[in-house]
Amino acid sequence: MKAVLPVASVLAVIVAFWYVAAVWLNAPWVYDQATRAGSEVSFADLLPLTLAQDRPVLPAPHQVAAELLKSTLGLAVSSKKSLIYHGWVTVSATLLGFALGSVLGLGLAVGIVHNRAMDLSVMPWAIASQTVPILAIAPMIIVVLNSMGVQGLIPKAIISAFLCFFPVLVGMVKGLRSPDQMQLDLLATYNASPAQAFWKLRLPASMPYLFTSLKVGIAAAMVGAIVGELPTGAVAGLGARLLSGSYYGQTVQIWAALFAAALVAASLVALVGVIERTTLRRMGMAR
Amino acid sequence: MTGVVVAVGVIAAGLALDWRLGVLLAFWLGGWLLNAGLTSRPAPGRLVRYLVPAVFGLALLALWEMAVGLFHISPVILPPPSAIGARFATSLPTLWADFRQTFVKGALSGYLIGCATAFVTAIAIDRSPFLQRGLLPVGNFMAALPIIGIAPILVMWFGFDWQSKAAVVVVMVFFPVLVNTVAGLAATDQMQRDLMATYSASYWQTLIKLRLPAAMPFVFNGLKIATTLALIGAIVAEFFGSPIVGMGFRITAEVGRLGLDMVWAEIAVAALAGSAFYGLVALIERGVTFWHPSQRH
Repeated sequence: MKAVLPVASVLAVIVAFWYVAAVWLNAPWVYDQATRAGSEVSFADLLPLTLAQDRPVLPAPHQVAAELLKSTLGLAVSSKKSLIYHGWVTVSATLLGFALGSVLGLGLAVGIVHNRAMDLSVMPWAIASQTVPILAIAPMIIVVLNSMGVQGLIPKAIISAFLCFFPVLVGMVKGLRSPDQMQLDLLATYNASPAQAFWKLRLPASMPYLFTSLKVGIAAAMVGAIVGELPTGAVAGLGARLLSGSYYGQTVQIWAALFAAALVAASLVALVGVIERTTLRRMGMAR
Repeated sequence: MTGVVVAVGVIAAGLALDWRLGVLLAFWLGGWLLNAGLTSRPAPGRLVRYLVPAVFGLALLALWEMAVGLFHISPVILPPPSAIGARFATSLPTLWADFRQTFVKGALSGYLIGCATAFVTAIAIDRSPFLQRGLLPVGNFMAALPIIGIAPILVMWFGFDWQSKAAVVVVMVFFPVLVNTVAGLAATDQMQRDLMATYSASYWQTLIKLRLPAAMPFVFNGLKIATTLALIGAIVAEFFGSPIVGMGFRITAEVGRLGLDMVWAEIAVAALAGSAFYGLVALIERGVTFWHPSQRH
């Protein structure tokens, strides 16, 4: 709890800075309107005018908060303007992609740990695949799958999976190799088969690594799902809200979608954290 | 030898279903057996370490080419590597212009500004434990967020040209580098700092002679993560509006025209640029942190 005061004060500084920036960035528009109307604007008038515009350059925090509240609680969930509806579209793609990517990463990690040929041939390419900006391939994946008749959730989930398999792969290779030689030798003296060594030693020992990389992976999967919604001009999802907001200059809508995305990402990571703590405690590994 | 029996069984099953599938499986398993043979000796030499991934990559490319040919996949869905290579060779000027716009102007300048700002910020907050306790959780939180979402806002603010792409890159690389640098500055132990104190070293002397060198492995970890983020940021920011040049622009435009060979050529450029950028930073790291255990083979 020692961190509450510093974090709160940093956040307060950020919000204060944001208000100043909002006044400063939105003022030209107010002055412009005033000269056209032939009137003068005093500084006292300037404040309310800059903080309550319809399409500000930078919306004030309270405007974003109001839009966020309105579009989550104030509307029916089925409404096309509800952020809960759009958030769910993105979250479902994120979760599907996360599941696919984690399984792929886990499978490759198990193969790499048990097979030397796979270790030498797959690992360099897995690393190289991450220097490729995979998000750049997103439009193509979507269009190609679209032309093959696959639409909706799957293409976005594939992009998510592409982004999230790598942290899981790297973390699990490390985790499955974390038991030391002494422990492996002990199992060898018990005449344990590789499968038994895997289930009884390697897998349990890798749990802390698994959850750390799952947290990174789910955040990456979320980024993948959002970017996956951009190129097709998708109609639903947080990425689509960002895109339509940027087309129509609805800055408040962009910021609200951005904060919704941040909240969803944070709660997904927190959810994995809760599962982590429960599992590790039941396995007797809680720190 | 059970592996060979299983392999023959799989190939036979593939042949029974569709002879083309069988041919692909046979090729794949042949490449696999070659690699397995190469790695079967207990201590593979340097040559094998390079040969095995090369065989794997070439086999993937050859499989791709064969699959496209044998199954008559339309070039609109998946062009074969040979067509992509041909397209790459014929449109070098366009690719070079896109590379300059996106990588040199957008990603590289943003990367340099962002990393420098993050590094300076980390040193600035180094003397204040209060600021560190406040900024680090916020920084860690921000590093996990889909920061790419601010791209439309920054494009709106800085216009369509490379400045907005650089701005997106600055924001994207800032937090990973900041968090890693702060962690690195905390990496010296009390004994080492006490030693500097017995030399009556000032804060700055301790920083430059002890703590910054000790922080370098962490800093380079952040810098390496940031190389990939920089390229992603610059390309994705172009989806929200760009001049008629740039890798992200070309990808979206050619996807619309179904010129997928050009899209793949751009992806090849992005892959080469990303790998070269990462490799360059890793090379500098090897020079700077030559003393670190992970660099001594």
